[in-house]
Amino acid sequence: MDHSPNPKRREALRLMAVIGLMASTGLISPAQAADWNKLAFEGKNMDEVLKALGGGTGSNAADRSGSVTLNAPDIAENGAVVPVGVATSLNAQEIAILVEKNPNALAAHFTVPAGTDPFVATRVKMGQTSNVHALVKADGKWFIATKEVKVTLGGCGG
Amino acid sequence: MGDPMRIRATESGGVVDVKVLMKHDMESGQRKDAAGKTIPAWHINMVTAKVKDKDVFNAQFGPAVSKDPFLNFKFKGAAKGDKIVVKWTDNKGDTRTDEATIS
Repeated sequence: MDHSPNPKRREALRLMAVIGLMASTGLISPAQAADWNKLAFEGKNMDEVLKALGGGTGSNAADRSGSVTLNAPDIAENGAVVPVGVATSLNAQEIAILVEKNPNALAAHFTVPAGTDPFVATRVKMGQTSNVHALVKADGKWFIATKEVKVTLGGCGG
Repeated sequence: MGDPMRIRATESGGVVDVKVLMKHDMESGQRKDAAGKTIPAWHINMVTAKVKDKDVFNAQFGPAVSKDPFLNFKFKGAAKGDKIVVKWTDNKGDTRTDEATIS
């Protein structure tokens, strides 16, 4: 007879305690211990997302002067699968892809370790025609590129 | 445990080009079922890629990443024959790990 009502839960708790201990004793750095950034993914607009990612807002918001390249189609026939690529000549540590008019703006966030090219390509869903933003963090500062993608068939509804 | 990923890693001129196709529904949490009830979000949220135990790429996905997510990235510092290990975790705690040999 198992006295634990939910052994899985117990195991999860134990695992969490171990990870917490490792983090607090410096065995793993906070960056490695970083969990899914719930706050950033719940951001409704670019300012909220940028703030959650540690960037500035208003006049301190992301810089448009940097050389960030956003590859996305002009027109996406199917909003459920929109290919988006981000590349930059900057020394990027982080890359984020945002779809302005989606229910939650942030679609994906990438960390780029040293030795990895500042490049990523993936596919995102778009509910409707919207601006797509590529955010790149290089040397502690955020840079941005924006492109409008027209969607003829949305990818978020039922 | 989900279905296997398809991973292709090719080295050329010192740069390894990695393409990963994950198998996941990536339920957005916006859709409703026939009874009008919202289908809860169920999506991959973390992806890590390692070579020789060193991180070469990390991704966090929201529900707005397309079904069966595709990921392409490039890194330096590995040779043909090295193994790349890709692992994803979804928001229900399910994980899947697959590896491929760099060619």
